[in-house]
Amino acid sequence: MRVGFFVTCLVDLMRPSIGFAAIKLLESGGADVFVPPAQTCCGQPAYNSGDRADTITLARKLVQEFEGCDYLVAPSGSCSGMIKTHYADLFADDPAWSARVAGLAAKTYELTEFLVGVLKLERVPGTFAGTITYHDSCAGLREMGVKTQPRALLAKMDGVRLSEMAECETCCGFGGTFAIKFGEISSRLADNKCQHIVTNGAETVVLGDLGCMLNIEGRLRRRGDATRVMHVAEVLAGDVPET
Amino acid sequence: MQVASMYFKERAHVKLHDAQLQYNLTKIKGKFVEKRRLALTELDDFEGTRDVARAIRQRALDDLDVWLTIFEENARARGATVLYAQTPAEINALVLEIARRHDVRKIIKSKSMVSEESALDHAIEAAGLTVVETDLGEYILQINNYEPPSHIIGPALHKSREEVTELFHKRHGKPRKEGIEELCLEAREELRAHYLTADMGISGGNFFVAESGSVVIVTNEGNATLTTTLPKVHIAISGIEKIVPTLEDVATLMRLLPRSATGQSISNYVDLLSGVKGPGEFHGAEHMYFILVDSGRSEVLASDVRDALRCIRCGACMNHCPVYQNIGGHSYGWVYPGPIGSILTPMYVGLEKALDLPHASTLCNQCGVVCPVKIPLPDLQRKLREKEFERRLRPWYERAALRTWAWVASRPALYGLATRIGIRALRTLADRNGMIRKLPLASGWTDERDMPAPAGRTFRELYAARAKTGATAREPAGATR
Repeated sequence: MRVGFFVTCLVDLMRPSIGFAAIKLLESGGADVFVPPAQTCCGQPAYNSGDRADTITLARKLVQEFEGCDYLVAPSGSCSGMIKTHYADLFADDPAWSARVAGLAAKTYELTEFLVGVLKLERVPGTFAGTITYHDSCAGLREMGVKTQPRALLAKMDGVRLSEMAECETCCGFGGTFAIKFGEISSRLADNKCQHIVTNGAETVVLGDLGCMLNIEGRLRRRGDATRVMHVAEVLAGDVPET
Repeated sequence: MQVASMYFKERAHVKLHDAQLQYNLTKIKGKFVEKRRLALTELDDFEGTRDVARAIRQRALDDLDVWLTIFEENARARGATVLYAQTPAEINALVLEIARRHDVRKIIKSKSMVSEESALDHAIEAAGLTVVETDLGEYILQINNYEPPSHIIGPALHKSREEVTELFHKRHGKPRKEGIEELCLEAREELRAHYLTADMGISGGNFFVAESGSVVIVTNEGNATLTTTLPKVHIAISGIEKIVPTLEDVATLMRLLPRSATGQSISNYVDLLSGVKGPGEFHGAEHMYFILVDSGRSEVLASDVRDALRCIRCGACMNHCPVYQNIGGHSYGWVYPGPIGSILTPMYVGLEKALDLPHASTLCNQCGVVCPVKIPLPDLQRKLREKEFERRLRPWYERAALRTWAWVASRPALYGLATRIGIRALRTLADRNGMIRKLPLASGWTDERDMPAPAGRTFRELYAARAKTGATAREPAGATR
């Protein structure tokens, strides 16, 4: 089973450890992981900013790189959602590309969705001790249907105690370029999220998307709060970053 | 209504720092969100009902001209007059012409958001006539110097009870009433006389039913019933898109509308009005007019955001929108706030006047999943973003940044080099906790947040190094922060 791993540009640039943790998880489930070396960005920033032509260029590039694999897996609901639910819109007038995109979309998965649904992971390689609370990222939840999978995987870890925060499905306010264009509104949404995290009292907030992660961690630190923020792959792989 | 959507950011800034408003907005979650959630549990198959509702609305829009013609014939057969307004100004002109024809001095109104589009009340007053809003929320706004509505079903949602107590005391000159029931009774006392002395009633219309030529009006206060049946003249004003083919369609839509809006199984009142008062009939107006408003709707129908016309104005999208919940409806600067407003406002008043609205969303799609007629709101916002990009309405630096990123990202070798340099540069800005406190050119991020600094080496370079040394699945040193 050849799994094409799409690192995503944010993980590539900001926190490569998540990429390695994800690969470890995939390999522990028996996947033969292939990382297309020329991969870059799925085109989502351009797409959500209305730049359709550039999005199409990047989408074509990604499809060519991954369509030879049995699966495409990304440690992000947002980027996998872009490929699975939005690429089709870009090629609606192009039957040949439409078919190729549909083919790739059908085998595109968010990481935890793949670990549970396809690899049917029985044991997770990492160990972790502590109370966590889980933030459902918008695209993961509402585009990819990721809700139970990360929780099911975390439940396999003896030391993990999950404590759900209020409004765990409410947007953290990231929204890509929204976070910069409407910084004040975005920060308020992030602050609301942080308030729920702090009220919940968990030691670690866990999530599946780097955009939310940067946003929530950034706002927590500005508030002077040291609650640890981790990607679900890091927790499951036991790759705890130094704090 | 005057358009202020170009000042979205400035208005949102003010609202974010308005402590009273922020407190008032917290009530949305209990008042609307939680009640809706509970009400939907009464339906055996919410998703299935949504699919049918979507299909009903889509069927009406697909052959809108045909349904309008059928509606017109059936309404005329029941003695009503059907008029069309192409522009907001035409709505006002038609209303005033009808008022003159019937020697109208005083007009009572039940809620009509479409009449807000044309600032009808101002036009009526400018013509020397009296107009009284009878929906409690609209009445509160009217006596507060025509404050604009901030929500399509709860126009005075932004006000607290205490603010209404003060307003009533100031305007009515009566002792302060503290309880909501007492306040309602005081409003009723003020309004009763107007119902009995008005010559004309103006209502909105939730649905126009083609097969019967009727208008359906959904309210909780009963004011629409009085407004439309006591005066000798009734005008129902609504958009042309509010047509539904059959009464059975109304029955299906009504399973979702009150539940999605206020979390009620059914609203307190549902008026179904068909034609003028007939011989021997007790209720109804002697003269009945429909003003069917286009005012940008046929352009929306011909555009790629036509799905927005399925809207049945329940307000669930704004109630569930994290942005709306935090800034309130006034920030959006026109009649329709929230996610649906971010589509309709640019389409009705012009994209140039509302450039921020399609971008004022995280695309979280909470609106899309609660919409009872499945309007893909984030997709439509994105379509408008595309129009702004195509028409070069976005700032040059935003365009340059996006195009540069895409240009680099489509050249893997260059991307590898540029990102290696870029993240090392960013890394130098980090404090000892690995946080960047101030990001050049991105103060929107760092004014109120830190930016966690990049690890210092990209995944791609670390992975290439690993492949070269033939390391196992363990990550190489330096991958963590």
